[in-house]
Amino acid sequence: MSRRVTYETDKGGYQTKLLIKSILIYIVLVLLTIVCLAPLWLMFVQASLSNKESSHFHILPSTHFFENFKTLLNDPNYTSLYKPWRGLFNSFFVAASCAALVVFFAGLTAYGLVVYDFKLKGPAFVFIIAVMMIPTQVTTVGFLSMIAKFKLVDSFIPLIVPSIAPPAIVFFMRQYMLSSFPLDIIEAARIDGSNEFRTFLTISIPMMKPAFAVQAIFAFIQKWNDYYTQNLVLVSSKKWTLPMMVRNVSAVRNSIDHGAVNFAIFFSIIPVALVYIFLSKFIIGGVAAGGVKE
Amino acid sequence: MATAAQRRIKSVSYAKYGYIFILPFFIVYFLFMVYPLFETFRMSLYGNGADKDSIKLGISIQHYMGFQNFRDILFKDGRNTADFFASIKNTLIIWGGNFLPQISLSLLLAVWFTDLNVKMPGKGFFKVVMYMPNIITATSVAGLFYTLLGADTSSVWYTIFHGPKSNFDQNLLLGLTSVWPARLIVMFIQIWMWFGNTMIMLMSGIQGINESLFEAAEIDGANAHQTFWRITFPLLKTIMVYTLLTSMIGGLQMFDIPYMLNGGTIIPSIKTVACFIYEKATGTKAAKAYGWAGAASVIMFFITAILGALVFYVQRDKDAIEKKRKRKEAMKEAKRRARGGGFSI
Repeated sequence: MSRRVTYETDKGGYQTKLLIKSILIYIVLVLLTIVCLAPLWLMFVQASLSNKESSHFHILPSTHFFENFKTLLNDPNYTSLYKPWRGLFNSFFVAASCAALVVFFAGLTAYGLVVYDFKLKGPAFVFIIAVMMIPTQVTTVGFLSMIAKFKLVDSFIPLIVPSIAPPAIVFFMRQYMLSSFPLDIIEAARIDGSNEFRTFLTISIPMMKPAFAVQAIFAFIQKWNDYYTQNLVLVSSKKWTLPMMVRNVSAVRNSIDHGAVNFAIFFSIIPVALVYIFLSKFIIGGVAAGGVKE
Repeated sequence: MATAAQRRIKSVSYAKYGYIFILPFFIVYFLFMVYPLFETFRMSLYGNGADKDSIKLGISIQHYMGFQNFRDILFKDGRNTADFFASIKNTLIIWGGNFLPQISLSLLLAVWFTDLNVKMPGKGFFKVVMYMPNIITATSVAGLFYTLLGADTSSVWYTIFHGPKSNFDQNLLLGLTSVWPARLIVMFIQIWMWFGNTMIMLMSGIQGINESLFEAAEIDGANAHQTFWRITFPLLKTIMVYTLLTSMIGGLQMFDIPYMLNGGTIIPSIKTVACFIYEKATGTKAAKAYGWAGAASVIMFFITAILGALVFYVQRDKDAIEKKRKRKEAMKEAKRRARGGGFSI
């Protein structure tokens, strides 16, 4: 007769197995963490190397970080291609206005779709769902022809104004409102004499803050990184954004100071990296809620 | 819950606000999306160029061409036919080579992260780190890879070969601009950027599965392998199909990394459909080909539309079945009540 396997006799084996499994999982996770962080680390390392040092591969940073920054700011070879403060301002201006417009108008549209009953409510919602997945790339040719016709080439308007109409975010906001926005409170506000816009501004927006925050962060990051549209619209050096300037210095890389170019590459990710470091909790939560696949 | 009568009263008095609230969205959407889309469709039927030669040859953008552009990029043998098909081929290869490893890795990680038996301090930290590549500006990532592996002056080659790469062999197997290395690098960057996102989506899928199923499996003595293939995997199918389709739509839009990997000169082996459209729509005057770019956009639009419709089919299916089940239950319940028999528990 074989030995009876009970919980008591098997407990040790089970525990060891779990321990081994945990250790293996940890090894994989640590390796993946290294892979995830390596490119960022290398960007930083590259940004700190002098022109001469950058001809060799380095794993540890050197001491020319600020020197590279100075070259980038003062050397006429770069000042025509990469203007750090100008680019920072332009990128920030575009991304921040887009983020503000996205949350305000997506919130407004979703509010209209959830709170009110009207004839075209159904069709309007179906339309928003239907167009949610159209990629901007397919409208490129018509978009270029349109901005030429309306004299909007080299203007921030075609970058910022479309943020008033983000179908995917309206969809997300609508789902959020349906699940967690008590409509009774609107009735209460009406009885107290608040008009509809005031109700939206002073009651709905504060209550929707978590959803607004998540979507604003995502819109900011997405617009900051949206090299494609920026490159289609903007022409003059005054309006270039940071990703466009990175393209400029990358294209002439072989003839100039590598240290400064590498610094430029690193410089343009600092703002999004900071946003991420401070707000990652919101971001992860937002992805899990499933409203943000581009 | 508002009663039907209440709802009707509300709709009488407040309907106009509904229109006012959604109006800005629709005005802007029609101006900046629908109009350009129709303009793209229209231009796909017109000539290619805006320069003098095109006008002289009668292929200017004012010149109606019928479906000639589609014939040019799809059927007529020539450089542009090959170009468009090559871009589709590149897109498919790069997308496939990125999606399969990506979903496998994400699935594995999602299962680990949601396994309650494995104690895992620092779970939040790992999630944050793994999602991070997704937010880093693609142009900078491409710029970094260009620095490390790019042209003759690349530091990695210099370090490995103790001199510029050109001293050894221009067509070296590992050169950034040769066919497969370029594709593999793009695939790697795409996996790196997106696996965290996919992982988090799959995790919320797994967390949506009824926990008692896992408990029952454990009590019945199922091992991790069995639990995964018999419970997790089948129940995740919908969300995986959703991931597959949205990833395909995303793959069609792949632009920044392939475009920037070589400092703004597109390497032929990684020229994607989006790069093709961009190149034809924005090239120098002579290289500009609005008609072809438009035709390619229209084809891409229909592919996206089909994929998008499939996404909704997958999503809707689940809801419909759920509703049907509920309706059936409700009817059973009603019947039972009508018989005056049992009581609901």
